[in-house]
Amino acid sequence: MQKIFYVHVPLAIVALAGFVVGGIYGIRFLRTGDRAHDLRSYVAIHMSLIFGVGALLTGSIWARAAWGHWWLWDEPTLVSFLIVFLLYACYQPLRFSIEDPERQARYAAVFAIVGGAFVPLNFMAVRAAQSFAHPRTLSHTTSLPGSVLVTFLLAIAAIGLLFTTLCKYELTAKAARMQLRRLKRRLSGEAVVTLDQGRSAAPQQL
Amino acid sequence: MPALPLGEAGKYVAAAYLVFLALVLIYVAIMAVRLARVARDVQEISELLDAGSETVGPDRETVSS
Repeated sequence: MQKIFYVHVPLAIVALAGFVVGGIYGIRFLRTGDRAHDLRSYVAIHMSLIFGVGALLTGSIWARAAWGHWWLWDEPTLVSFLIVFLLYACYQPLRFSIEDPERQARYAAVFAIVGGAFVPLNFMAVRAAQSFAHPRTLSHTTSLPGSVLVTFLLAIAAIGLLFTTLCKYELTAKAARMQLRRLKRRLSGEAVVTLDQGRSAAPQQL
Repeated sequence: MPALPLGEAGKYVAAAYLVFLALVLIYVAIMAVRLARVARDVQEISELLDAGSETVGPDRETVSS
């Protein structure tokens, strides 16, 4: 059962870190106005949501095997992670509900910053609360056996690198599609339109 | 409620890793579909460029002349 530990905990840690990274890029966007930061914030949060789904699913499987329950509503670690996940699940609907791209980017940045600030506060609050069933990983890393600790750290590094790689892949793909769209409009003889006609939750231009 | 016996835990470990693998594969599949769309767009642009160069025709003077 310990083997699920090597995938569930890194997924949860990297997902939470990704939410914070989304908030950091939100700050950079509001400070500089560079739409590239808005795109990076969007991609980081989008990827963290996917990793969050993985953490929730693998955690439920582990909970079923270890405690006999798929979920425990009186366990603060589980419920707080679910709250953070559901909070960020509102990010894309928020973006989609705003048609103006400038306002969309600005409001999304504010949301990402507030959410990103909430994640560490939530983390500290959960650690201050008494945990009934869910084990505390990070406070006990020094008491983990050597081989387990090394494997755990390698797993975190691997999941972190996977997150970074997938984010860069998505950023490259989005940038390529934006450029292609611009080129198609220019070559087909249309006037250069800076704003995309269709609505989308994702940033449409750099 | 008691936890499952350790001998039965293997299928849960497998299920957890399969969930992780499935998530990654689904994401890669979605990105592959998008990449196919990008490739189609590149083909369209290439055709537009070819059509544009054909309308210019052979009367175009070279730089050396």
